[in-house]
Amino acid sequence: MDDLLSEFITETNESLDVVDVELVKFEQEPNNATILDNIFRLVHTIKGTCGFLGLPRLEGIAHAAETLMGKFRDGAPVTQGAVSLILISIDQIKEILADLEAAGGEEPQGDDSELIGKLEAMSAEADVAMAGGAAPEASVEEAPVEVDVPDQEIERPLRPGEVSLDELERAFRETDIEVEVADPVVEVEPEVAEVAEKVEEPTPEPVAAKVEPKPEAKSAAKKAAAGDGGEKKAAGGGVSNQSIRVAVDTLEHLMTMVSELVLTRNQLLEIVRRHEDSEFKVPLQRLSNVTAELQEGVMATRMQPIGNAWQKLPRIVRDLSQELEKPIELDMIGADTELDRQVLEMIKDPLTHMVRNSADHGLELPEARRAAGKQEKGTITLAAYHEGGHIIIEVRDDGKGIDVDRVKAKIIERGLATESEVEKMTDPQIHKFIFAAGFSTAAEVTSVSGRGVGMDVVRNNIELIGGTVDLRSTAGKGSSFIIKIPLTLAIVSTLIVEASGDRFAIPQLSVVELVRVQTNSEHRIERIKDTPVLRLRNKLLPLVHLSQLLGIYEGENIEDAIDTDNGFIVVMQVGSQTFGVVVDGVFHTEEIVVKPMSTMLRNLGMFSGNTILGDGSVIMIIDPNGIAGAMASHASSSVAESEEEENEDLQRKAISGQSAISLLLFRSGEPEPKAVPLSLVTRLEEFDISKIERSNGRDLVQYRGALMPLVYINEGDTHKTEGTQPMLVFSDAGRSMGLVVDEIVDIVEDRMNIEVGSERPGVLGSAVVKDRATEIIDLGYYLPQAFEDWFMRKEMDIQALTKKVLFVDDSSFFRNMLTPVLKAAGYDVTTCVGPAEAFELLENGDKFNAIVSDIEMPDINGFEFCESIRRDPRFRNIPILALSSMVTPASIERGRQAGFDDYVAKFDRPGLIAALKDVFSGEMGAAA
Amino acid sequence: MSVLDNNVIVDENAGSDMIQYVTVVIGGQLFGLPISQVHDVFVPESVTRVPGSAPEVAGVLNLRGRIVTAINMRRRLHLPPLEDEQMMAVGIEYKHESYGLVIDTVGEVLTLSSGSAESNPSNLDRRWAEIAGGVHRLDGQLMVILDVDRLLGSMFTEPALAAA
Repeated sequence: MDDLLSEFITETNESLDVVDVELVKFEQEPNNATILDNIFRLVHTIKGTCGFLGLPRLEGIAHAAETLMGKFRDGAPVTQGAVSLILISIDQIKEILADLEAAGGEEPQGDDSELIGKLEAMSAEADVAMAGGAAPEASVEEAPVEVDVPDQEIERPLRPGEVSLDELERAFRETDIEVEVADPVVEVEPEVAEVAEKVEEPTPEPVAAKVEPKPEAKSAAKKAAAGDGGEKKAAGGGVSNQSIRVAVDTLEHLMTMVSELVLTRNQLLEIVRRHEDSEFKVPLQRLSNVTAELQEGVMATRMQPIGNAWQKLPRIVRDLSQELEKPIELDMIGADTELDRQVLEMIKDPLTHMVRNSADHGLELPEARRAAGKQEKGTITLAAYHEGGHIIIEVRDDGKGIDVDRVKAKIIERGLATESEVEKMTDPQIHKFIFAAGFSTAAEVTSVSGRGVGMDVVRNNIELIGGTVDLRSTAGKGSSFIIKIPLTLAIVSTLIVEASGDRFAIPQLSVVELVRVQTNSEHRIERIKDTPVLRLRNKLLPLVHLSQLLGIYEGENIEDAIDTDNGFIVVMQVGSQTFGVVVDGVFHTEEIVVKPMSTMLRNLGMFSGNTILGDGSVIMIIDPNGIAGAMASHASSSVAESEEEENEDLQRKAISGQSAISLLLFRSGEPEPKAVPLSLVTRLEEFDISKIERSNGRDLVQYRGALMPLVYINEGDTHKTEGTQPMLVFSDAGRSMGLVVDEIVDIVEDRMNIEVGSERPGVLGSAVVKDRATEIIDLGYYLPQAFEDWFMRKEMDIQALTKKVLFVDDSSFFRNMLTPVLKAAGYDVTTCVGPAEAFELLENGDKFNAIVSDIEMPDINGFEFCESIRRDPRFRNIPILALSSMVTPASIERGRQAGFDDYVAKFDRPGLIAALKDVFSGEMGAAA
Repeated sequence: MSVLDNNVIVDENAGSDMIQYVTVVIGGQLFGLPISQVHDVFVPESVTRVPGSAPEVAGVLNLRGRIVTAINMRRRLHLPPLEDEQMMAVGIEYKHESYGLVIDTVGEVLTLSSGSAESNPSNLDRRWAEIAGGVHRLDGQLMVILDVDRLLGSMFTEPALAAA
């Protein structure tokens, strides 16, 4: 085939695609002269070129079609029948072109006289219509068959230029045969029938106002069109042209070569990496950069807007709309989204199929739509957008949605699952069966769809390119197919990491950053329960070890997979999900040529493919989406686990009698958190720095009409220099103290077991709070710093200080919480963990002025303890206070019977102090 | 590679009912693979394991620039793994993809009449019967015909069923 001809074929095919789209648009807005001009010009160019190349068949059809369109331009009313006829002509031109291409430039034999005849008849009809209000001379010699039609009344006896129904019948039989060979997708048959009907029908009444004879304008336009065509030709060969045509093969070859180049460069880099100070380093770096740029450039040549794949759809939808007698609107969003040409080619057919499917199965007939309260016109929406290295294409209709019951029935009928299995399935699971082979729910087989060779082919095609197809459907609202396909099949930049001794490649597109974790570094792995998290710029990042996700951890305990002292965290973002994947090592980044997984392994969601690395070994490429999915399910399973654990915890607590208390976590000085029981804190305040005044050598703020001294956790600390200063306010009897902290972190519910005591003043010890070692602050140390007489003042007599109180509680938390309170109140407190120890102390002769005892204790409870003390004459007169979290009238009564002097709720600190005061004053009074 | 040369002979014999088999040994048992299906014999090296794959998938490896899925035949046949010995692999094509069957050793090429094959004995382990296409009685030993299509076909999960 000579170059000119092949150029012509490509160009004409493109033009025809445009004409298709334009014609559909034109049909909708027949008064748009721009569209019509556009179509006219294109057809005219085709005609002209055909004549030049000596292709009489094509020229004949193009000419007849052009004539008809010329009539439209002159103002003839545009009928659906006429547009259909032109579309048929264009299909015919396409077929001839296809044959022409296949035959290597030989125009196929065939007779188009029927079609031409129809076109001419239509032209004549248009003339008649136009004649209603305008000069008939608008139609000229272009329609030679046409004779003068004097009568304006349209009657049905056959007019000259029209064809008889018999002839039409014959025509479509012949057309049918012809078509079958060439393009099975185009359903010419019904259309021709339709045209026949149209021809039979009376032409619409001429619209006089619209008609405007303008023979001059026409010829001018014609000239212009011709000139245009000429220019185009000239431009095609011009040097100044902005684009050139390149054969796809050339590009493909280029791409392969670049891929090879990338691989070779990788190999070289690998070699150089092993040799320090190699003189190759610098040139290789340059080569590497150039390669990267080259690769980018070649990739760019392969990118095409997805609109190219959609080009044919308006026409298809239009035809379907007529055939199915459903008005359909096609919405296309994001047509300029770019993706790899190769991918584009692969999804063309599935997309077409899905659109046809939506039109046929998805959308209801107008009556049904009206009944459902919807717009009569159904809408099919095509949307495309990028998301995380993938392109998402959505085919959505606002039809009736998928009839789950019918699918169920079909599943059972086909024996794909048993009835009981089906009953257990969720709707999305049922929907998935749409993609099973040979599955169709269309009640009847139509010419459009319902033959059951559909969605499985669609799925296969999409999966072939590493994509997925998903279905969402709401009964009555419509359904939408979501296709997710990779942007390109060729090269991706990846990060090579190691987990459990194996290397994996993570696509860099989804890697946000890398974090190095070390014990003494800023970033540390912390645990909430057993869930590892990373604090990263004020956000908590959930962590999971890669080997745990992949199920390849070889150690005993999966929890140990994450080494908190040393490790790398790959922070990944997939969609809206951000998470950290812990790996054992990070090697380097490498450009890799993705090779699809073998079919046997394609069901593994964790990998998107594999490749051969520079060193010749095969490496698996992690699929970020799979990881994100696994991460989500991992999280939910650990939630389930932690729920179980919580239940266990509750049981444990019930046994030990310990309950969680609210702790206020804050930070001051060191990064480690500090805690104080929330019940002791009166208020959390933030003061503007300017409010902090200095007087008599100490910092004060005016607080509620009084001066509140500020106390610092560590001696020598100062408040911030600007902004606001957070502090914890402790108030008692009209006096307040502000404890200056750097930051209030959190309020948590947790048990507080002080596991490590402290020698440091101001610190009770360390406890594990929310899986972190936390210092528990001794408030008793700080209060006197604010007011030296804090305790003195409260105890009216100094004697109180010498009062010895025995505090019995099995819970270390309460011992630790209340001891400072009691101390703060001026008592000399001795604690013991249970009645047994208390008896021991008493037996040893230690004197106590009062005993405060917990009720809920293992072995011997508070009541028994009290009773046995009362039985002993030596201790009969010691006041005993009961302390319980369970304060009910019955328990108070029980306490009184046991011999308690008072009964105080565990968290009622002022109550406890008051009760102690009471018993002592009573005792003192009695003594006096 | 001599094995490949034999391909030509197979083509010539295509008309007759003589079939050439490449014999391999797996766990002491002699197996025969139709020579037309054998593309390579190689030593599997640096096999990358594939987490989450079926247990009999040994991993993937690079064979002259192609990625080959290696299948551990001992595991497929539920035999104990081979200790400290060099394994061999037979490269085959299935549905336009390359697979490597990891076996113990490769033997000779035998030309046998298809008529002399017997169907699987009824008491054969079901897991073996699945992939055996019959048995040839040789001198002193039996050769089980490996049915590659059934062997690999059974390892693909049906997506529709997986969804259910």
